[in-house]
Amino acid sequence: MSAEHATAKSASFFNNPRNRALIYQALLLFGLGFFFYSIVSNALANMEARGIKSGFGFLFTASGFDILMSLVPYDATSTYGRTFLVGLLNTILVSIIGIILATLLGFVMGVAYFSNNWLVKRLSVVYVEIFRNIPLLLQVFFWYFAVLAALPSARESMAIGEVIFLNVRGLFLPDLIGESGSSIVYASIGVAVVAIYMMRRWAKKRQDDTGEQFPILWVGLGIFFGLPLLTALVTGLPFYWEFPELKGFNFRGGITVIPELMALTIALAVYTGAFIAEAVRAGVQSVPHGQTEAARSLGLKESRIMSLIIVPQAMRVIVPLLNSEYQSLVKNSTLATAIGYPDLFTVFVGTSLNQTGQAIEIVFMTMAVYFAINMTISFGMNRFNSAVALVERK
Amino acid sequence: MFKFSSILAAGLAVGVSVGAQAGTLEDVKKRGSVSCGVSTGLAGFSQKDEKGAWSGLDVDVCKAVAAAVLGDSSKVQYKPLTAKERFTALQSGEIDLLSRNTTWTHTRDTSLGLNFAGVNYYDGQGFMVSNKLGVKSALELDGAAACIQAGTTTELNLADYFRANGMKYTAVTFDTSDQTRSGFESGRCDVLTSDQSQLYAIRIGLKDPDAAVVLPEVISKEPLGPVVRQGDDAWFNIVKWSMSALIEAEFLGVDSANVDKMKDEGKPGQKRLLGTEGDAGEKLGLSADWAYNIVKQVGNYGESFERNVGMDSPLKIARGLNAQWNQGGILYSPPVR
Ligand SMILES: N[C@@H](CCC(=O)N[C@@H](CS)C(=O)NCC(=O)O)C(=O)O
Repeated sequence: MSAEHATAKSASFFNNPRNRALIYQALLLFGLGFFFYSIVSNALANMEARGIKSGFGFLFTASGFDILMSLVPYDATSTYGRTFLVGLLNTILVSIIGIILATLLGFVMGVAYFSNNWLVKRLSVVYVEIFRNIPLLLQVFFWYFAVLAALPSARESMAIGEVIFLNVRGLFLPDLIGESGSSIVYASIGVAVVAIYMMRRWAKKRQDDTGEQFPILWVGLGIFFGLPLLTALVTGLPFYWEFPELKGFNFRGGITVIPELMALTIALAVYTGAFIAEAVRAGVQSVPHGQTEAARSLGLKESRIMSLIIVPQAMRVIVPLLNSEYQSLVKNSTLATAIGYPDLFTVFVGTSLNQTGQAIEIVFMTMAVYFAINMTISFGMNRFNSAVALVERK
Repeated sequence: MFKFSSILAAGLAVGVSVGAQAGTLEDVKKRGSVSCGVSTGLAGFSQKDEKGAWSGLDVDVCKAVAAAVLGDSSKVQYKPLTAKERFTALQSGEIDLLSRNTTWTHTRDTSLGLNFAGVNYYDGQGFMVSNKLGVKSALELDGAAACIQAGTTTELNLADYFRANGMKYTAVTFDTSDQTRSGFESGRCDVLTSDQSQLYAIRIGLKDPDAAVVLPEVISKEPLGPVVRQGDDAWFNIVKWSMSALIEAEFLGVDSANVDKMKDEGKPGQKRLLGTEGDAGEKLGLSADWAYNIVKQVGNYGESFERNVGMDSPLKIARGLNAQWNQGGILYSPPVR
């Protein structure tokens, strides 16, 4: 093959280290390809011989079962392909909420470690030590079976102002439903975001030129809430509230946050948050103390030293660690199956695999999904990493 | 160097393909025990006591096979499996036989590479609700939340039933029967649905069994029976006839108390079953006393039924459909001859 061909052509070609490396790589690739090909074709032949069905045709047949929660319309007449989509979206949902909460918690707790307040510092230490050292599955069970399952029944719900209800079936919130004209209000949110971005650039430039600071946060918040509110008022409030109401067995209407989702996100956020707090602590400690002293001698306020001097430099250490924490969180979200949250793993590798028996196809598709999600996270975090690395060079 | 790596690759590939199935019977004899897949714990069907000993109607099928093949009903390795795990465990060869309240359906029989060796319990899906709800019929369940177990026929029947009756529901799906029960107890759902026999079993496991009622509706057919891998007909026959022997023994009036007497003094049919006449055991590749060992050590189907789920058990299930065909039921074993 290619190796023999190359040798025949010229010895110097083969002696070239780059070519040699390429050939080795190609051979390895070929070997691996052949290896996996044999595994797959063997498995298929064996399955055929044992009368086990194979192929991806099942994705187009009706599943015949219902799913507790889905972000797209789904019922028992939907296909297995749609089951896959429902599971995928549920996995993405729990991952995104989990990552946001874990990051907030982790940064707050990580920074709290450096507080001069004894209690706050202790709190941070205790939090990290407890939640980092208890197996995640146990924490998931704790939140689901010990905390949320102990809530009162639907008829005896805890209520906040008769519009928000919490019971063993979940958290029931009022839903804001848009009528015609509401799309203008949604558009104004986009406009607000762009405006804030431009304001930030302008404020930064002004500070570079004149040294004057601009209250970005407050003005930003003002724009973010003010503009849509103003638009809503002008368009005559094209919204109405849909309140959850106890009808028959359950609450209907409004938004339902199922306890399985709550338990899983809380557990993931609290667990991963502990690791992130550690990462933040390590990052902050990696910034030499001289930086703090230099900032102090410049007359910066203590609170600004942390946010302007220390954290940006600490980010270089924190971001790579965050990357792996986020990836773990996504993988850990498969623990959903222990409490019946309908994530991809539960509905696809669990129920669908069992109902169709098509293990190879289903496991393969699911592995590909988790691989893709984690590659995406890695890609995003690497870009973020180069962004924070630039800060240093200025 | 290159040759070496491709030889390695080829060698690995060949290694993978040597998965050809050896005879299960030989494996079992060599190992000295039958590996039997059961539930993770379901009163009356397969449950473990404090000492770690398994008992139940499904467990008795495992024991019958061990008695027939190895002459000792205690030579069974039990593998507790959830509904989701059971078929993979059988396909992969982790167990020799699955006896875990498994419904015989067309899909399972035709596309999973499995064979059902008969029916050891005729069941149907029912509903259990809390007394407090005051519900008298399943048709009053519109809008209810239902606790079910993942990977079961229950999931599918439930969807069919509510759709056919134009009712809505929320499916709350759990992995094991314990989780399903605690979901029901905590009030996560209004109704627990499963095969009726299992509802009775779950009900006696509740903190307060009297607080729950089983509704009258039966919404499906659930013929439950033992399962083996497709492609090993000799083993398939052994499991099929071990289970039939339990039923046939009851039909012929042979039980664990009179089996020794019947063996020598019984009618021709009884003697044929017990191996003193004919060569039924030999044709299965087993010893002549295969069925004798089953009845002697496990009892006949009727004994097993009463002991595990019937009037001598906490479940108190009536024979109903599971009586012999000449006693008002539909239990009917092909003749041993
Ligand atoms: N017969 C049905 C249902 C079987 C089933 O798994 N039932 C549950 C009742 S909640 C059970 O026995 N669980 C016991 C366990 O998970 O170990 C089937 O074959 O799909």
